[in-house]
Amino acid sequence: MATETHSAAEAAGPGMPQLDFSTWGNQIFWLVLTLIVIYFVLSRIALPRIASVLAERQGTISNDIAAAEDLKAKAQAAEVAYDKALVDARAEAQKIVAETKAGIQADLDAAIEKADAQIAVKAAEGEKVIADIRANALNSVKVVAKDTAKEIVTAMGGKADAKSITAAVTARMKG
Amino acid sequence: MADDAAKSGGLEFHPMDQFNIKDVFGGAEISWYTITNASVWMGLAIVAVVALMVLTTSKRAIVPSRGQSVAELAYGFVYKMVEDVTGKDGLVFFPYIMTLFMFIVCANFLGLIPGSFTPTSHFAVTVVLAMAVFLTVTILGFVKNGAKFLGLFWVASAPLALRPVLAIIEIISYFVRPVSHSIRLAGNVMAGHAVIKVFAGFAAIAVVSPVAILGITAMYALEILVSFIQAYVFTILTCVYLKDALHPSH
Repeated sequence: MATETHSAAEAAGPGMPQLDFSTWGNQIFWLVLTLIVIYFVLSRIALPRIASVLAERQGTISNDIAAAEDLKAKAQAAEVAYDKALVDARAEAQKIVAETKAGIQADLDAAIEKADAQIAVKAAEGEKVIADIRANALNSVKVVAKDTAKEIVTAMGGKADAKSITAAVTARMKG
Repeated sequence: MADDAAKSGGLEFHPMDQFNIKDVFGGAEISWYTITNASVWMGLAIVAVVALMVLTTSKRAIVPSRGQSVAELAYGFVYKMVEDVTGKDGLVFFPYIMTLFMFIVCANFLGLIPGSFTPTSHFAVTVVLAMAVFLTVTILGFVKNGAKFLGLFWVASAPLALRPVLAIIEIISYFVRPVSHSIRLAGNVMAGHAVIKVFAGFAAIAVVSPVAILGITAMYALEILVSFIQAYVFTILTCVYLKDALHPSH
C-alpha cells in the first residue's frame, strides 16, 4: 500500500501499527482474557440454555404432532362409525320401503282381483242380456218375416201354408 | 494514493492511524496490562456476546422472541457447520469453535461503528487465534491418532514415486495454514477499514466528495458482508483443520 510509507513517516514505529510488536503482549493478554470469558459464558450459560430450549421445543413439537395424530385417528374412527351408521340406516330404510311396497302390492293385487271378479260377473250378466236381446231380436225377425211372407204370398193370390212358410223362412235365415 | 494526496495538497491521509493502540487513560507507555482501546473493544465484544447469547435467551421461550431467534440461529449455524464438517465426534469442540466465531463476528461488527477500534484487524489477535487452532489440531491429531496422524502428509492414493514430493508439499501447506488463516482475517478487515479511511480523506475535496461519500457507502456495505464472511471462513477452516486431526486419512 502506498499509504504505508506516508504513515511510516508519521509514526515513529513501523509502518503498520499491526507490526509494532511492542503492543502485541498487551493485545494477546486482553485477547486471551476475552476468549476465556466468552468461552465460559458460552459453555456454562448460553449454549446449554439454547440447547435445552431447542430440545424442549423439539419435544413440544413431537408431542403436539403425536397428539394431532391421535386426534386424527379418533376422527377417522368417528368417521368410520358414522359411515357404518349411515349404511345401516340406509339398509333399514330400504328394508322398510321394500316391506311397505310388498304390503301395498298385496293390497293392490287383492283389490285388482276383486275388481276383476266383479268385472267378470258384470260382463257375464251383460253378455247374457245381450244374448237375450239377440235371441228376442231373431225371434222378432222370424215373426216379422213369416208375417211379411204370408202377406206377400196372400197378395200374390196363393194360399199360404203356415208350416211351409215357417220352414222356408227358417231355411233362409240360416243362410 | 500518496501521489494524489501530494497533488491535491493540504490533504492528510492517515488510513492506518485508526489501528494505533492507545492507552485509554492517555499514558504513553503500553505494558501488557494497560487498558487500551483494543482491550475496551474486546470487552465490548464480550458485552455483545453476553447480550446476544445470554440476555436474549433468558426467558427460554418455546416461541422465541426476535433476539432469541438470532441466538438460536447463531447456535444452529455453527453447530450444523461443526457437525457437517467434522462429524459427530467433533461436537466436543463446538463451544470452542462457537467462542471463536462469536468473538470474531462481534469484534468485526463492533469495528464497523464509526470511530471504533477493530481488534480483529491486528495480527497479534488473529495470529493468536490461528495458532490456538493450529496447536489444538496438531496436538489433538497426535494424541488421537498417534503416528497415524503423519498419514495426513503421505498421500496413499498417489503413485509411489510422487509421494515424497507430495509429502513435502503437504507439510509446507500444513505449516502455512496458521499464516494464511490469520492473515486472511486481519488483512481483509484492515484493508476494508483503510480503504474507507482513504475515501474519507478524499471527501475533503468538494468536487469529488459526492463520489467519495458514495465510495464510503459502498465500501461500508461490502465491509458488512466481509465482517460476516471472514468470521464464517475462519470458523469453517477451523472445522476443516479439526476434521484432519480427527480423521487424518484423505
